[in-house]
Amino acid sequence: MKDSSSFRVSATLVAGLMALAASSVVADRHKGASAELKSPLAFQSITDPAQRSMALFKEMGKVITHPRCMNCHPRGDSPTQGMMSQKHEPPVVRGAGGLGAPGMRCTTCHGPGNVAYTASEGSIPGHPTWRLAPPEQAWQGKSLAQICEQLKDQSRSHMTLAELQAHNAEDSLVGWGWHPGEGRQSVPGSQKVFGALTQAWIDTGAVCPEN
Amino acid sequence: MAVTFQLNGQQVTADVEPDTPLLWVIRDTFHLTGTKFGCGIAQCGACTVHLNGMTRRSCVTPVSQVEGGTVTTIEGLDSKEAKAIQDAWVGIDVPQCGFCQSGQVMSAVALLREVPKPTDDNIDQAMAGNICRCATYVRIRQAIHNAADTLEG
Amino acid sequence: MTDHYNDTRPLFAHAGRAADQTVTGQFPTDDTLTGAERTDPALSRRRFLQGTAAMTMGLVIGMHLPSSAKAQSGAAVVMTDTVEGGFTPNAFIRIAPDNTVTVIVKHIEFGQGPATGLSTLVAEELDADWGQMRAEMAPANKKKYANTLFGLQGTGGSTAMANSYEQMRKAGAAARVMLVQAAADKWGVSAEDISVAKGVISHGASNRSASFGDLAADAAALEVPAEPTLKNPDQFTLIGTDVPKLDSRDKTTGKQLFTLDLYPDNLVTATTLHPPQFGATVKAVDSKKARAIKGVIDVKAVPSGVAVYAENTFAALKGRQALSVTWDDRNAETRSSAQMQADYSKAVQGEGAVARSEGDAKKGLGDADTVLEAEYFFPYLAHAPMETLDAVVQHKEGKVTVWMGSQIQTMDVGALAGVFGVEPGAITLNTLYAGGSFGRRAQPGGEFAAEAGEVAKALGSDRPVKLMWTRENDIQGGRYRPLAVHRIRGGLDKNGDIVAWDQQIAVQSFLKGTAFEGMIQEGIDGTAVEGSRDLPYAIPNLRVGQHLMDNGVTTLWWRSVGHTHNGYATETFLDELLEKAGKDPVEGRLALLGDKHPRYRGVLEKVAAMAAAAGKVPAGRQRGVGLHKSFNTYVAEIAEVSDAGDGTPRVHKVWCAVDCGVAVNPNVIRAQMEGGIGYGAGAVLFDAITLTDNGHVTESNFDRYRSLRINEMPSVEVEVIASAEAPTGVGEPGVPPVGPAIANAWRRLTGNSVYRLPLVPPSA
Repeated sequence: MKDSSSFRVSATLVAGLMALAASSVVADRHKGASAELKSPLAFQSITDPAQRSMALFKEMGKVITHPRCMNCHPRGDSPTQGMMSQKHEPPVVRGAGGLGAPGMRCTTCHGPGNVAYTASEGSIPGHPTWRLAPPEQAWQGKSLAQICEQLKDQSRSHMTLAELQAHNAEDSLVGWGWHPGEGRQSVPGSQKVFGALTQAWIDTGAVCPEN
Repeated sequence: MAVTFQLNGQQVTADVEPDTPLLWVIRDTFHLTGTKFGCGIAQCGACTVHLNGMTRRSCVTPVSQVEGGTVTTIEGLDSKEAKAIQDAWVGIDVPQCGFCQSGQVMSAVALLREVPKPTDDNIDQAMAGNICRCATYVRIRQAIHNAADTLEG
Repeated sequence: MTDHYNDTRPLFAHAGRAADQTVTGQFPTDDTLTGAERTDPALSRRRFLQGTAAMTMGLVIGMHLPSSAKAQSGAAVVMTDTVEGGFTPNAFIRIAPDNTVTVIVKHIEFGQGPATGLSTLVAEELDADWGQMRAEMAPANKKKYANTLFGLQGTGGSTAMANSYEQMRKAGAAARVMLVQAAADKWGVSAEDISVAKGVISHGASNRSASFGDLAADAAALEVPAEPTLKNPDQFTLIGTDVPKLDSRDKTTGKQLFTLDLYPDNLVTATTLHPPQFGATVKAVDSKKARAIKGVIDVKAVPSGVAVYAENTFAALKGRQALSVTWDDRNAETRSSAQMQADYSKAVQGEGAVARSEGDAKKGLGDADTVLEAEYFFPYLAHAPMETLDAVVQHKEGKVTVWMGSQIQTMDVGALAGVFGVEPGAITLNTLYAGGSFGRRAQPGGEFAAEAGEVAKALGSDRPVKLMWTRENDIQGGRYRPLAVHRIRGGLDKNGDIVAWDQQIAVQSFLKGTAFEGMIQEGIDGTAVEGSRDLPYAIPNLRVGQHLMDNGVTTLWWRSVGHTHNGYATETFLDELLEKAGKDPVEGRLALLGDKHPRYRGVLEKVAAMAAAAGKVPAGRQRGVGLHKSFNTYVAEIAEVSDAGDGTPRVHKVWCAVDCGVAVNPNVIRAQMEGGIGYGAGAVLFDAITLTDNGHVTESNFDRYRSLRINEMPSVEVEVIASAEAPTGVGEPGVPPVGPAIANAWRRLTGNSVYRLPLVPPSA
């Protein structure tokens, strides 16, 4: 296995992990408690490092495959939204840098923070760096194993695993997933735990699940 | 709370709740009524203004976010793109009921500023956020092409 | 064969028939009531009816826009019957010394073009220059401004041009006679030697000329001719040409004023929270949190729900969000759309009231070689005009002044008079340009005007109150296109000829129980079966049965009314029968039309030629035809459709041929066809109002109640058939054919018949 530092993922993984659900309007009707996200400690009983690494990534998968994350890692050039990952309404496209089309950037609707609607329930999500994940980080329609390989594949990424860990642990766009605004279910656990899981996964060799 | 920003070239201060949508500050406070309310959830584009030169749905923009910024409404449009767009609009009688047209014009002007010779795809992408219930879309598309031709010529 | 069933009946002919009802109660306006019985929801209707009964309109009603709106727009509109130094030959024309000719337009303008159209009629006979023409909405005054087909002041049924065509031309012609006489008197010459062209009155022999404005004061002193001579169509210089629309510039620059844009001094902004189910009422209101919001003035229970009053819109909206209301749903409609479909489906298995019968449909089906059967489902549809319903109402010193986009002024005035307990003459209703309607503003009971009145009245203040509906109020506010189920059985003989057709239609009536109930004749509600009972095709055994269903959801005419579902059901089913018989959709229709329907044939042959001229159908696409007459206008459309790649249709192109008689303004006609195609396509492709199991509406805004967007709009090509027939409407007739044209293309492309709308399920 190569030195982990040589594995790079896209800088826009920022967006990647977190520019998720541009769920501007299709609010998740079933808010409520998110599923638990186990801390790395819960995996200490797995003695084989590779097995433990895989288990850790599967746990990270609870975050990665959550619609909040997947919605902005589309296969095509348009994000999806909501817990059912429906078409983004109004229709929008990736545009240069994943920032939208001329005349209709993401920022046309998405401001620097979530904004609650004034005449109805729900909110429009927002973040200062709101954008779509790059095409090479398309996740939708892929298995967790494929997503994992993709994150590590140098030809598709330009972020080292260390950088990936920093993003997962600290980037505020990633962190939006835990603060997605009124009417939207947050991703499980906390960003702190997600960062710790990422670190533990790297520390155990960053092994991808087999399927 | 007082929020100060540039509105159509003038510095203005609005003493309103900071979470008041820019739309209602423009309309209720400054009585600039060209910017319309259509949905309140950034679905229809009737409330589109330019914030620091970019299109922005004013119905989901808390006024606190525009502190120190530059806001242009339909009343403050003053550019060669705006003239070309508005003349093209009138030239082929785009509006029907007219209620959405301020927003349509704001989006079209922003598009033309970035893409002087837009394709149909460019137009679809820039204008898909602006609903027209009268479905004047055929003419909106034509008028944008006409305006681009005017600017080129 | 269709003459007996055509649409020429006056649409609102029997309005006011039930006008002898009385007011029986008072609404509590105190929001502190808890557990109190709410009064009869029918009360506001009765109040309105009482108002109608007592209606006697004042002769002259002035219109003043609130001051700050004037200041904003620069459009200092002050309407009176006279103008200083000017000339007002009749209720429709005002010629000012500055040489502007203002046409007082009795039909509300919300995009369908009456401001330009009626002005064109006046300008034509006046020989005015188009540049001097202006348009202004008429005040509410039934005597002066009635729709001559309705007998009351109102716009609907695509009648604006049809009922104004002679009236407005006569108005223009009369003014012209007077101006010419004024010139003759002034110059001492014979009126016969004077000519008028492009707004210039001239006497060639003496080389004298004058503008209308120059002669306005003199003309005003002359007698108005009763029957001025009208031009022959071959003398027209403006009618039949694409005169530019009068309102395009203001609507492009944000200057056009709508009701929402009025900011009179001391304005109160109000929003209302409506019950979550149709027929539910307020049981208790906790307004404490709402009242604590800065800017909130008051909270009141009103018949339609709970009103929040504030110093600005944001506070009113926040106040509404903060309300805690308990609803009484004992009288609510709690069925789901699915349950209603099941109920309606059961009804159409039987034989309904006979709307039309030819031959013996039952026997025809029995004898047929092949029988095709289909059951159609049409969902509720919201109109969703861009400008939500709104009004400004001021009750001051016994007078009530209202500004709103009123579509049936006479009914709105009646409703307001009922609310305030005053004579209709005490109501001043100013009609403003409106941001769309599609039928939504044409309310038989003036329900929205009544709500705005109740809201203003409940505040108990003489401040002007602007009630603004939010999009949620609009999408969930009812008055929908009715949900409908059609069951059609068609029989083919062994030659593939259609020998039998039995169509059973289950739908609710929105006329029943209103002042318009008289439109239901001999048990048949024309709005339920129009477009089916007048099917033009020669089918020897044909029966159309009507099942009027009781339903607590409020409904209304929706752009092209009953034709929306009847046109779809008949034209898709016929197309499928033709396909089954191995017949071409155009040739097959022409054969069934025979020689009795030249205008149907004309538009169908024209549209087929247009599509043919475009060349072969590209690979991966199919074309479908829709042919339908509504409101005496004939429209044929061909849609070219492909699969967008995700199993949903993409409509690339629509060709359209329209025959609406004399084409007063072909450009406006084309625009109405383009818009009707987009409006109809959006609904057929995407839209449904869906009630859940307890009667709640699922959709609340444009996120789920989708509107067609520019990327989904087909390119459209329109041909207007040259005709000397009297002009008929264009606002609605473009809608009915597009749905079947798309569905027929889709069936030919995929083999899938579309019996359930919308075509694209909401989850896709």
